Amino acid sequence: MGSPGCWAGFGRPGMSLQNGIGHTFMHQLATTGGSEKPLLSLHDINMTFGGVKALRNVSCDVRPGEAHCLAGESGCGKSPLIKITPGVSRPADGASIEYDGETYSHMSPVTAQDRGIQVIWQDLALFPEMSVAENIAFQTVLGRWPKPVDYGRMRKIATDALERLGITLDVDLPLKEYAIAQRQIVAIARALVGEAKLVFMDEPTASLTQSETDHLLDIVRGLSAAGVAVVFVSHRLAEVLEISSRITVLRDGALVGVYPAAGMTQSRITELMTGKTFDQQVRAKSRQDQPVVLEVKGLSRPGQFDDISLTVRRGETLGITGLLGAGRTELAQTLFGMLQPAAGTIMLDGKPVRFSSNRDAIKAGVAYLSEDRLSLGLIQPQSISDNLVISSLGKIVSGRFLSDERKRKLVAGWITDLGVKIGLQGDAISTLSGGNQQRIAIAKWLATDPKLLILDAPTVGVDVGARAGIFDIVAKLADTGLAIILISDEVPEVYFNADRVLHMAQGRIVGSYDPRSVSLAEIEGAVYA
Amino acid sequence: MTSFSDRLKAWFGPEMAGPGLALVAVILVFGLASPQFLSAATFGSVAFQLPELGLLTLAMLLPILTGGLNLAVTFTANIAGLTLAWVLQANGGADAGAGAFALGCILAVIVGAASGIVMGLVIAFTRAHPILVSLSMMIFLRGLGEFLTRGGDVSGFPAFIGPLGHGSIAGIPVPLIVFIVCVLAWHVLLTRTKLGFNTYMIGSNLEATRYSGINTRKVIVLVYTLSGAMCAIAGIIMLARFNSVRIGHGESYLLITVLACFLGGVNPFGGFGRAIPVFVALVVLQLLSSGLNLIGANQHLATAVWGLLLVGVMVLRFAASKFKSSFVRKGT
Repeated sequence: MGSPGCWAGFGRPGMSLQNGIGHTFMHQLATTGGSEKPLLSLHDINMTFGGVKALRNVSCDVRPGEAHCLAGESGCGKSPLIKITPGVSRPADGASIEYDGETYSHMSPVTAQDRGIQVIWQDLALFPEMSVAENIAFQTVLGRWPKPVDYGRMRKIATDALERLGITLDVDLPLKEYAIAQRQIVAIARALVGEAKLVFMDEPTASLTQSETDHLLDIVRGLSAAGVAVVFVSHRLAEVLEISSRITVLRDGALVGVYPAAGMTQSRITELMTGKTFDQQVRAKSRQDQPVVLEVKGLSRPGQFDDISLTVRRGETLGITGLLGAGRTELAQTLFGMLQPAAGTIMLDGKPVRFSSNRDAIKAGVAYLSEDRLSLGLIQPQSISDNLVISSLGKIVSGRFLSDERKRKLVAGWITDLGVKIGLQGDAISTLSGGNQQRIAIAKWLATDPKLLILDAPTVGVDVGARAGIFDIVAKLADTGLAIILISDEVPEVYFNADRVLHMAQGRIVGSYDPRSVSLAEIEGAVYA
Repeated sequence: MTSFSDRLKAWFGPEMAGPGLALVAVILVFGLASPQFLSAATFGSVAFQLPELGLLTLAMLLPILTGGLNLAVTFTANIAGLTLAWVLQANGGADAGAGAFALGCILAVIVGAASGIVMGLVIAFTRAHPILVSLSMMIFLRGLGEFLTRGGDVSGFPAFIGPLGHGSIAGIPVPLIVFIVCVLAWHVLLTRTKLGFNTYMIGSNLEATRYSGINTRKVIVLVYTLSGAMCAIAGIIMLARFNSVRIGHGESYLLITVLACFLGGVNPFGGFGRAIPVFVALVVLQLLSSGLNLIGANQHLATAVWGLLLVGVMVLRFAASKFKSSFVRKGT
């Protein structure tokens, strides 16, 4: 929300990003020109986690100054692999790590840092309470003995590092004042302080919007043009293709292959990652003959969304897309009774409704799958069965008390219906994969017998291979007559899976599309413009 | 074999292992150390001492399961006890009748519940930290109690109350019967009712529970109300046992109730824990102090041993979870 934005300076088209970095890394540029010898070669990497083989005989290399992507479904071994070179994990005996002229059997974190290997972890490993300057430059004041901290020097180092990236941030502000996108920049700036030659980025764009992602990709391009090799892990295939020169694909801990990005397609990468073929088709159908389930007129909440009117019919899937912060989630939460509209009406089955809490909404047949499955959608430490029945406890009451028998049967039924793979019903839901967790979350809402199901970013944190399964479920539900609102900032998701697509921007609906008559590129053009 | 252990687990929950093992260990060690340990006398002393601490621990259990705490348990108990005492005194003191006693008990429970309601409302609506809210209530009740009693004892109750503290039915002490009934009530509440279900869910993640359509405020208010009512029952039993009420009675029990919950496998951050393992943990604590008493150890040493035991349990539990996770990984 409140990010005192110097972001604008960053996004300006004329910024001298490459020049800035190029200046500092000039000496490196000179050494990398034309040489095809890899900067890093990994050979025979094996790794075992508590009896499970996380990596099996993986060998790959990274060339100087290249943008290299590591792709694969979660659990395929990406994370273990990127931990090897920075010295966070140690491979099994027999591995060799050739880096910049030297061969190691394993790395230590200190050697890795000294030799210019930097990592930007997915959680960024930053200190939110400390200033931007401290976050960027704290390593420079570390030493064997305590010494007074030279804040002036820290500030200078931080300012220089940010300048190299072409960004202006107030280095004295605590980091928590900045949004996630700027924090990412701070993490990158910190990596640059160490004169990096090789930077690993773990899912750098996972929490960024498209435009923020574009800025980040620009930075990656700049780094790579300046001779810094960047290896990044990403599940967003579009950006993988856009930015990287080569792609290493892993599956089940083994190397599938290393491919040049040129000539690759998203569907080909998905096939390589999952070993299955996917072929997406527009699923849209006309539901005009069906009765209207939800009708919203002129719904507004100041500062969040304005004058929203829409209808959803029985069996219809309405897609809503737009950038993060467009007001989609707030609109959904208003329909779910968790926020109160300032103006406008909501009609369910033709009758006006007013929800004072989500309990009213659930009773009236509205269900809302939260975009934040980890902290709002499911109760991670609790069991699979308890998570599934929490919103429909009334169904497992026998006499005056809750019945374990009824709970077990209800849960078993949903698990079969939705094809969820679980161990025991009593296992913590956190033990399931993202895709299976999401199926339980969907089952939890279906158990409340909704008329309208709002799915807010249902594939966040779900493997590519499992996403299709989620949308198969959504399509089946629609065919049973459920009205569905599908919210996603991934335009292809709504394009292929919704009957109609609304585009929201800055709290308003600015476009309405029928996927059968418009191309994906057209909607993407409008949304990411 | 597995199905039997599964059934045991279903009944008592996975929290039972720790207190169960501790119980066996304590009985073995003291049974070997002192021939008098496994006797009716030990049983009697444990049975009479257990309920006061036990009822207060039950009052502590529910708030802990929601991820909170009720530091006002002992003073709520005594304020409720004072309520009963005044009703009795106002109706003739030692000559008061059964009607006055019944009325006093009802009012005592209402007073206890009221203290809980106030805390619950403040915690649910202001999202203030339960430690601060219950600490404030504790200080308020202590001050109020000291003001009203001028720090002294209130005594002089009718004789028929005595058996509630000292009597036995079919050889089983009456306070123990009251306590066991309360343990079973808590067990049913937690495992068989919507309120119990929601208590665990709130303890693990309040916001996610709210998003699931649960009235989390109502649950929190009810939890603290029941906690306050349970304090009142403890207060009534204490009145009968001591034949007097004093605002500071049982003050040292406060933190022991928290520790007894943890010994009973309750997660200190909420979300997990059951009534019956906590009951077993309380039995272990009492057996331990009775056993030490029997072999001639100092009373204060017994308290020290409680502390050591709890530290030991934490370490063992950590080791067990390490062992378990490495075992599970190897298994898959």
